Amino acid sequence: MAKKQQGQSKKPKKEVTKQYEQYVKQFTPRPKYVTNSLKAFAVGGLICTAALYIQNLLMDRGMSEKDAGTAVTVILVCSAQLLTGLGVFDSLAKYAGAGVIVPITGFANSMVAPAIEYKKEGPVLGVGAKLFSIAGPVLVCGISAGTIIGMIYYFVK
Amino acid sequence: MDYLYAFLIGGILCVIGQILIDATKLTAPRILVIFVVAGAVLTGLGLYEPLVKLAKNGATVPLPGFGYALAKGAMDGAKEGFLQTLGGGIKNTAAGVAAAVVFGYLVSLIFSPKSKR
Amino acid sequence: MKNKLGKQTFLYPLKPRIVGAYSIVGEKEGKGPMAKWFDMILEDDTFGEKTWEKSETKMLKQAILQALQKSGRDKEAIDAVLCGDLINQLMSSSFMARDLSIPFLGLYGACSTMTEAMILGSLMIDGGYASNVIVGASSHYCTAERQFRMPLEHGNQRPPSAQWTATAAAAMVLSEFDKGDAVVTQGQSMPQGQYVKELYITHATVGKIIDTGMKDVNQMGAAMAPAAVDTIIRHLTDTGREPGYYDLILTGDLGLIGKEIALDLLSGAGVEIADVFKDCGAMMYVKKQDTHSGGSGCGCSASIFSGYVYREMRLGKIKNALLISTGALLSTISSQQGESVPGIAHAVAVTTEGVK
Repeated sequence: MAKKQQGQSKKPKKEVTKQYEQYVKQFTPRPKYVTNSLKAFAVGGLICTAALYIQNLLMDRGMSEKDAGTAVTVILVCSAQLLTGLGVFDSLAKYAGAGVIVPITGFANSMVAPAIEYKKEGPVLGVGAKLFSIAGPVLVCGISAGTIIGMIYYFVK
Repeated sequence: MDYLYAFLIGGILCVIGQILIDATKLTAPRILVIFVVAGAVLTGLGLYEPLVKLAKNGATVPLPGFGYALAKGAMDGAKEGFLQTLGGGIKNTAAGVAAAVVFGYLVSLIFSPKSKR
Repeated sequence: MKNKLGKQTFLYPLKPRIVGAYSIVGEKEGKGPMAKWFDMILEDDTFGEKTWEKSETKMLKQAILQALQKSGRDKEAIDAVLCGDLINQLMSSSFMARDLSIPFLGLYGACSTMTEAMILGSLMIDGGYASNVIVGASSHYCTAERQFRMPLEHGNQRPPSAQWTATAAAAMVLSEFDKGDAVVTQGQSMPQGQYVKELYITHATVGKIIDTGMKDVNQMGAAMAPAAVDTIIRHLTDTGREPGYYDLILTGDLGLIGKEIALDLLSGAGVEIADVFKDCGAMMYVKKQDTHSGGSGCGCSASIFSGYVYREMRLGKIKNALLISTGALLSTISSQQGESVPGIAHAVAVTTEGVK
């Protein structure tokens, strides 16, 4: 490693970087893979189960399955956004990680978080634009992927 | 039991996300994009629909489920016509997206970010 | 060149003095182990302002004006203000300085700004271009996160190697003259009537940018460690000093991981500094504050230099210190473009021993 300091190394830069990255790994604490996965599993599973419960409840009151499903999505989205506004969602995410990020709640949070931050830059150009600064890619890529697949189906059939 | 499958499949999809967070340098937005596209592609291949039938919200609530909804909407539209294909994805997810935009906008106007402790 | 030693080190024969210093930190920093050495701890990181940027500006202004007061000098006596921060276009510094009516030089060195400012301020005094100069730097968790990383309320998990941008601002007044060793300090932060030492800046080593090729923005400490190591070795070589000459070799924000890497790299080069080596990023917080690999930001090193180091040296508890602020010179778009994180480190040697 000392030779790195002399800057005389004849190795190509990429190799030096790879070596250094390997070297750095030994100083970097590992994330707690198992604990994190268990927390994500439990919380994520719970959110999905709760969603199913609410959906069944709505269907019992006469909603069609499709409408109930949509309603549940709306409920999850709005709840996540409210929790973001209240400043609670980030603490949940710190604990549960993918358990709240992977469900639609993560997407909802990623819309409100930047928007709320840029309020000082104005309600139209600040908040309005920032609603999509992190969520934009998800919508763009999701809509593109979905529509292209639909197109493929259309032309193949 | 429906609830069991919802819990298991939902949990597993989240674990996959968690492993990506912990083991790779991928940030949350990148992971969400991967998931939504994966959901759409798997739907196109006919692989996601059975998962949805089995796990219901365990498959629709996680972000691949959003991709599923987008792809399915487009595929359903494909049965009717070109324009219906084009609009199908957004049509299927319209209420969710509208809610996210409107409610999100309101929340952002009302609340302020808090300094971290 | 009569005042240049070796390849990168300046000698200051006139020995600019540090005659006043002030540090102000946020809530979290005020709950950390260094709290008792800071001059002011905010109850609320907004400091009563409507935006985070205004709050950082206010902190920096307070640091500068209070350091001025503690130095016993008037604003009219100050020849220049040199300061910087992390915000785009140096927003905090420029907007802070607009009311000051003092010639202003804004600096960007990322987290290495404090020693960069000290080096240049000392040059102005030693070169006869200024009698009194104020140097300062600031950072704020909320302004940095919003600019470089994710919005505050965004749900994400930081990896164990991530560092926490400190909410801190600090300033020092550098001067041609102090009143001599028997100076009685003003201000409630130093014991009244105490016999205190003069602080002299004797040498400075300007760092080169060292880019390891690492792209992970959550591994700042590791990205900057080689730059710190390079500057330390260069300084010792240029001055002919041994690590043991110093009571304290203090880097800015390598953090827990970067600090270990630097120690290891230095050992590998035959330079043992473990006995005197500390890092501001590693000192700023305790484990239970959950900052992962420690603190970072211009204010991290600035506040600890202006708080802990300044006071301990005034009281003679530290006689010779080598202060090295370290910076990561990435931009808000560089990592999206696939660029790596270049590092830099500038060193300043401060002593209480008047004649070498």
